[in-house]
Amino acid sequence: MLAQSGFGVFVLTFLLALFSVGAAVVGYFDKSDRWVEAARRAMQLTFPLISLATLMLAYLLVTGHYELQYVYSVTSNDMPFYLKLTALWGGQAGSLVLWSWLMSAFASAVTLRKWERDRELLPWVIVVTSVTLAFFLSLTILYENPFARWWQTTGGDFVPRMFAPAGAVPITPADGQGLNPLLRHPGMIIHPPMLYLGFVAFVIPYAFAIAALVTGRSDDRWIRLTRRWTLVAWLFLSLGLVLGMRWAYDVLGWGGYWGWDPVEISALMPWLTGTAFLHSVMIQEKRGMFKQWNMLLIILTYALVIFGTFLTRSGVLSSVHAFSQSAIGPMFFAFIGITFVTSVALLIYRWKDLRAEVEMKSLFSREALFLLNNLLFMGVLIVCFWGVIFPLISELVTGQKVTVGPPFYLRANGPLFGALLALMGIAPLSAWGRSTYKTLGRALWKPSIPSAIVPVVLAILGVHNWIALVGFTLVAFVIFVTLFEFWRGVRSQQKKQKVNFLVALWQLAGRNHRRYGGYLIHLSMVVMAIGILGIELYQTTTQKTLAVGEDIQIAGYTLRFDSLAQFPYTDGRIVTRAALSVFRGDKFLGNLYPRYDYYTASGQPMTIAGVRSTLADDLYVVLVNWENVSAAQAPFKVYHNPLVNWLWIGSLMFIFGFLVAAWPEREDEKREGKI
Amino acid sequence: MSQEPNTTPAPKRGVPLWAQILVWIGLLGLLGLLAAGLLKAKNPILSIGSSVPDFTLTLFSGYEYNGASEVKLSDLSDKVVVINFWASWCQPCRTEAADLETAWRSYEETGQVVFLGVDYVDTEPEAREYMTEFNLSYPNGPDMGTRISQIFNRNLGVPETYVVDQQGVLRFIQIGPFQSVAEIQAIIDPLLVGR
Amino acid sequence: MKTKNIFLLIFFFQLFAATLIPSIAVSAQQPTPSDDEVNAIARQLYCPVCENTPLDVCPTTACHQWRELIRQMLAEGKSEAEIKQYFVDYYGARVLSEPPRTGINWLVYVVPPVAFLAGVTLLFRAFTTWKRLTKEPITGADHSSSSGSGPEPAEGSGTAVDDEYVARLEEELKKRN
Repeated sequence: MLAQSGFGVFVLTFLLALFSVGAAVVGYFDKSDRWVEAARRAMQLTFPLISLATLMLAYLLVTGHYELQYVYSVTSNDMPFYLKLTALWGGQAGSLVLWSWLMSAFASAVTLRKWERDRELLPWVIVVTSVTLAFFLSLTILYENPFARWWQTTGGDFVPRMFAPAGAVPITPADGQGLNPLLRHPGMIIHPPMLYLGFVAFVIPYAFAIAALVTGRSDDRWIRLTRRWTLVAWLFLSLGLVLGMRWAYDVLGWGGYWGWDPVEISALMPWLTGTAFLHSVMIQEKRGMFKQWNMLLIILTYALVIFGTFLTRSGVLSSVHAFSQSAIGPMFFAFIGITFVTSVALLIYRWKDLRAEVEMKSLFSREALFLLNNLLFMGVLIVCFWGVIFPLISELVTGQKVTVGPPFYLRANGPLFGALLALMGIAPLSAWGRSTYKTLGRALWKPSIPSAIVPVVLAILGVHNWIALVGFTLVAFVIFVTLFEFWRGVRSQQKKQKVNFLVALWQLAGRNHRRYGGYLIHLSMVVMAIGILGIELYQTTTQKTLAVGEDIQIAGYTLRFDSLAQFPYTDGRIVTRAALSVFRGDKFLGNLYPRYDYYTASGQPMTIAGVRSTLADDLYVVLVNWENVSAAQAPFKVYHNPLVNWLWIGSLMFIFGFLVAAWPEREDEKREGKI
Repeated sequence: MSQEPNTTPAPKRGVPLWAQILVWIGLLGLLGLLAAGLLKAKNPILSIGSSVPDFTLTLFSGYEYNGASEVKLSDLSDKVVVINFWASWCQPCRTEAADLETAWRSYEETGQVVFLGVDYVDTEPEAREYMTEFNLSYPNGPDMGTRISQIFNRNLGVPETYVVDQQGVLRFIQIGPFQSVAEIQAIIDPLLVGR
Repeated sequence: MKTKNIFLLIFFFQLFAATLIPSIAVSAQQPTPSDDEVNAIARQLYCPVCENTPLDVCPTTACHQWRELIRQMLAEGKSEAEIKQYFVDYYGARVLSEPPRTGINWLVYVVPPVAFLAGVTLLFRAFTTWKRLTKEPITGADHSSSSGSGPEPAEGSGTAVDDEYVARLEEELKKRN
């Protein structure tokens, strides 16, 4: 009964979303506020409705209604409560529901604000968000219905359907298959919602951009209105990516965090354009330039969000992450076609109205450097996009599949990332508008000196890899520049008011959250770069089958195999766990317990590495369950991952920097009211 | 709000025609590519009733076809061809291997049916053990460069069996193992009746 | 071997059992190449049946067979290039971590740099147009042509520079956005 009601709610919401599209269009062309108001109300109503349906689904999941195909496929009796709940997004159908729910939440939130000054934008914001929402709801209703239940047909087959096929008998399995073990990890539990939050939040600035294009408003109002949305979208997308890395590192057992898998890349691509957008909107806000470019970037970001979702879910690409093959491909394709073509047509139509109010004056101004930053991000995007799309082209032309793997991306993107690091150091020292190479040079030389010492010191310490030397020098350069900027700001603050350093720092950051938060984010990025350089350039690995008491050496560590135990665990898995002692020379450092879990219900094994993590390096041991394991001897694969912890430390710093950057400025509300 | 005064109003120009054309070509190209990818993502690629493109199967020594070390589909145009994809690492394949061999023996005399075993991404020593274990006597060979499997199915999952009739038309697709000899014969026999 | 400890853990991994023993036997005549030697090559190759999984960390039975194949070929004295070529011939180009540099595959290496260079050119041309349009500079000190005129203000750490910076910072903080 609940399932039918849930489905009914979805159908109702879908109709409501369609109504809101229609009403908004009528309202715009008839210049009727009443129609627009009706559209707005309808839009807002979708949120409680989808919330209701989502709650119903959550209830069905938690209470184990295995007669529903979705519940059957992602939960089982032995799963703990929180996993049953998070199974909501453990499969294609549920994750589409989550997507719709977030979409309606954001769309409702954005239509709640006061609209007096931007009345003409409202109908089109509603149109774009409602169309997107209606599309995702239609996928749920037509193809990926989480409320479909099991039936046994007259032919004896079991089929999931919403309504009974002729002569079919309802079937209720006693237990479900359970959630994919790979998804039973804290990182994986929050990674998808984070990514979706990021994806969905980018729809809002896109909707405003389209509204601005349709109505022909060429000012930067849409950017100001959506600035915080963009930041939030970017934060969640970033967090989603980082959590995904952490999950891969902890759970996949290959000693790395990023495999340049097409699905990873399709989540990275909107991040690239989003990051470029965050930088280039500043130019539009400050200088009124690059309006066309910003429009293009936000359209591209939205397009890449949809494109990435399509690639992952349609079966065009297959990868470890991909959802199982599904029928949503053609529908998705139509949606992509319509949105891409409309956006591009609108942009071309309005192109000439978006000319800059002022023009570029110097190659060394901050806006020029920002543009260079955008170019580099676009470069990385081209590499990623081409790498993802090329196997498709190759397969169509030659009939042969090819793999485009890490070596390609590393070689192509490495220099671009290096250049971005360098820019991160240079740009904060440049001035808006009229920087010259002289003023820039004058600002640069001070932080350059300590940075120049870094490679010398490193070379003396025995680092001879030139990529490492260049990379760490750039990292040092950015750190020095950023700290120098803080220091100079604090000093100027102190000149005005006689306060101590910390108070001055507090006041300084308080006066411009965005600037100093941004610097903190830059710092976090280079800290992450330290970790990435460390693991990419200096990772070593060795594998050996050990008898009990034997040991294996790597990077100055000795690991001794002590024992192996096997025991069942309450949630239906059999755990096989090895104990190893770690020594450095003769010094005992601790024990490591690599293990693998075998989920009897799904027949799926999980490899969990034993990790000893320090600021200097990670020791990452995998019990190689795909070779012959017994109590007397077992094969181990050991990775030595230098500096990788800085990647995670950088991520935490990133969140802090973001909070500073996005913290509401005190006069914000005042100004918003004034405008 | 703090923009500088318009120093030099730039001439208002739209997107040049060549750029527009380029953009649209690029966009349509991308959409076309996705559409083609989507069509290929269908499993299997070939549908029943379509004619099967020609291919050549190189054969393991000891598993030749009439003494030849390779066999071409187009050379078997007057016969029913049963193309079975298998691999030594594939557990379900083992359940049907003996049935396939029995079915083959039942047709061997007639000369109207050919069984081709296509060893999908496998290693030769293990493949040979497998063929010995099940006493396979029909022609078998490796799917070199996965060229043959890609004709039939983009994401092939062994075992899969494709039955091609005397005209080179695909008549039957079996995904997963056969359960019995009779099941195999029930598919092949009707194709022989028309002769 | 302890009596009760026959927990050949792979029993649920029944996939293996049949294939494991013979392949080891084959390569046993010569000094068996170590796991590290095998993995050095395996990590450059991709599993032909599972998407985007390098062979050295791939847990399926098929991958196990391929690693043993590498071990055997190493024992026979085959070179890394020969082994890779064998894999390409048997399992297709997709086992390589990058497309081979032949035919249409060249596109994968050529297009990104060309597109990037096109971007650079476009940007540079835009810069020069902009500069032509705004010939009259706002401040007198605005010479961005890189003619290298005038020496760097050598010891630029004087208060003049600092004051200039402070003034600019103040201005920027006030404007904020």
